Amino acid sequence: MKRTLITLVTLALLLSTLACERRGGGGGGGDDTGPIKVGIYGDLSGQTSSFGQSTKNGAVMAIDEINAAGGINGRKVEYVMEDDQGQPAQAATVVTKLINQDRVHAVLGEVASTNSLAAAPKAQEAKVPMITPSSTNPKVTQVGDYIFRVCFTDDFQGAVAAKFASNTLKAKKAAILGDFNSDYSKGMSQYFVQEFTAAGGQIVERQTYTQTDADFKGQLTAIRAAAPDVIFVPGYYGQVGVIAKQAKELGITAPLLGGDGWDAPQLWDLGGAALNGAYMVNHYSVDDPSPAVQKFVAAYKAKYGGTAPDAIAALGYDAMNVLADAIRRAGTTESAKLRDAIAQTKNFAGVTGAISINESRDAVKPAVVFELRDRKFVYKETIQPPGAPATAAASPGASPAAPASSPAVMPSNTAAGAEGGAAGSSANANAAGASGGAAGNTNR
Amino acid sequence: MDTFVQQLINGLTVGSIYALIALGYTMVYGILRLINFAHGDVYMIGAFAGFFLAHGLGFAAEPSVVGLGVTLVGSMAVAAVIGMAIERFAYRPVRKYARMTTLITAIGVSLLIENLGVVIFGNAPRAFPGLMENQTYPLFGNAAISKTQLLIFGVSVALMLLLQWIIYHTKVGTAMRAVSFNLNSAKLMGINTDAIIVFTFALGSALAAAGGVLTAQYNPTIYPLMGIITGLKAFVAAVLGGIGNIPGAVLGGLLIGAAETLVVGYGQVVGIPSTYRDAVAFAILILVLLFRPAGLLGTTVQEKV
Repeated sequence: MKRTLITLVTLALLLSTLACERRGGGGGGGDDTGPIKVGIYGDLSGQTSSFGQSTKNGAVMAIDEINAAGGINGRKVEYVMEDDQGQPAQAATVVTKLINQDRVHAVLGEVASTNSLAAAPKAQEAKVPMITPSSTNPKVTQVGDYIFRVCFTDDFQGAVAAKFASNTLKAKKAAILGDFNSDYSKGMSQYFVQEFTAAGGQIVERQTYTQTDADFKGQLTAIRAAAPDVIFVPGYYGQVGVIAKQAKELGITAPLLGGDGWDAPQLWDLGGAALNGAYMVNHYSVDDPSPAVQKFVAAYKAKYGGTAPDAIAALGYDAMNVLADAIRRAGTTESAKLRDAIAQTKNFAGVTGAISINESRDAVKPAVVFELRDRKFVYKETIQPPGAPATAAASPGASPAAPASSPAVMPSNTAAGAEGGAAGSSANANAAGASGGAAGNTNR
Repeated sequence: MDTFVQQLINGLTVGSIYALIALGYTMVYGILRLINFAHGDVYMIGAFAGFFLAHGLGFAAEPSVVGLGVTLVGSMAVAAVIGMAIERFAYRPVRKYARMTTLITAIGVSLLIENLGVVIFGNAPRAFPGLMENQTYPLFGNAAISKTQLLIFGVSVALMLLLQWIIYHTKVGTAMRAVSFNLNSAKLMGINTDAIIVFTFALGSALAAAGGVLTAQYNPTIYPLMGIITGLKAFVAAVLGGIGNIPGAVLGGLLIGAAETLVVGYGQVVGIPSTYRDAVAFAILILVLLFRPAGLLGTTVQEKV
């Protein structure tokens, strides 16, 4: 009896020490000295693995550049990359691990909004700042004041798509084919419907699919029967490529329209020529002629064997740089001060545009619309968000001669080399202000 | 009307694939009374084998009918070997034990193959190369049939006829039927039952691999866990038709494919969202087991004393 009691008490004590987790300000070695530890989580091996890989590439490139320049305030940056396999439950688990075991000062990730939504509460609870580079669903930053993003949100992106559909494509009837399990897809559909119907359009058919579906012809046949002018497919590249292919097989001629979830090289592997004539909304153009973007593109290609950076990689790069800038300004990695410094980011010159964090911890940035043709993204137009920073609106008359970027020249540019993006500089309201062609279509 | 026909064509295409896989389930059950849960993963292996063959032999770069044929036959051969290996190393040692043991072994093999696939290939979806350029042939109104769909129908029908011929017009087939009636009596008649069992596994696996390569022409996304849901639905198809019954497997496959696609296409009229497509197969399973457990074409002759 006595021995049992002793064993039980010892066990209880041991277990209670294990249960103790240091909460609050997940500070690593120290808040003012020692290496800065950044946790990055993303999908490296699952259905959306292109996103995780791109984010990692962008963020790691930023980290290497920072370290080569001597670190931040003399401190080197170290990172820990975790694979969440594209599963929300895994996302929450790896973020918990990054915070408690690796003791990171901040977390970068994820791309898919569903995964960010699963992991954000963990970061918020532990008061570790989290910056999502590419999650666009508005709910992500609503989780708490430690969660930030450096991209635009779906209420803007869905509206951009709807405006493009009704103004440029002159569509009166639209059908929606959404991903049932993705918060990103649901949010996009919701905002698209709102804006499209407000512009006088009609939604003639709504269908959904799941990421494990092999066959979309059932949904597409029903959509075809409703004869829409445009089909909105706010899903991820793994399914969109196949949807495009199967839509072509069914003889559907209405163009497909989608968002940044399409942005991956595998999209072309899966969809091939069926994607020609589709449109997508995205964060930045790799053909943007502004010097900052081209420098980034060249450096990325040199580092990663000739692959061009997609928007996800560019956002990963920007997110890391925003974090670094905030650490520099705060002078410390202490979590509350760091959080405040991130929240005060104003007009940070990122490769995806000027990043300013507003009161809801989102970034207000323009969107670019592309047409897909022959494995290239051909620039169509830029759409500024409401309340864009003054640098974008100020320059029409004063823009230094950048004649190639005048809208009139755009069509021939796209014909000539399918290089596109000549006026894409307007997408990049760089703080330097030298970007010409802010005359680029302000569709609002 | 033309939409209905289109949905039916789509459904029968998917159904032919289920039929090919269901044949494997049904044949193995017929001779061994074993539900080979690893069969869905052999389908996945066939798709991956086709993927590597197509890229390795250069067919991905220039699609051709010859390329398609070689990939198909090649992947069928690889899957047949894997099927035989599974039988030899996982099922034969436990054949003498209780039925439950073999069932659990089957589940174990399935999980092993799936996770080995994730470790070796990574769970990221890959794009299977298109080996035949597609074309759509309009039928009437809006209904159209594509070359890929015709290919799937054609190859499935051809393989099923081949199977029919093997089982009813060759010595091996007669031996297979004998073993399915009574294993011990067949042994007494001088049939090498082990060889026949191996042959059956090889045959079933080859059919599943053909299904894998054909599906990949239709939907080019392949990934290591693709066999789970498709395998389960094919199993339901085999049960629906009467497990152990070969025409039943074909009928079951086509019915499940058609039901699934019609629910996706028309379900919204009755308030069933299209994401219930997978639930359709399992709902059918429950109904079959409740009302006609022997399956549509099954008979109670299967019961042995």
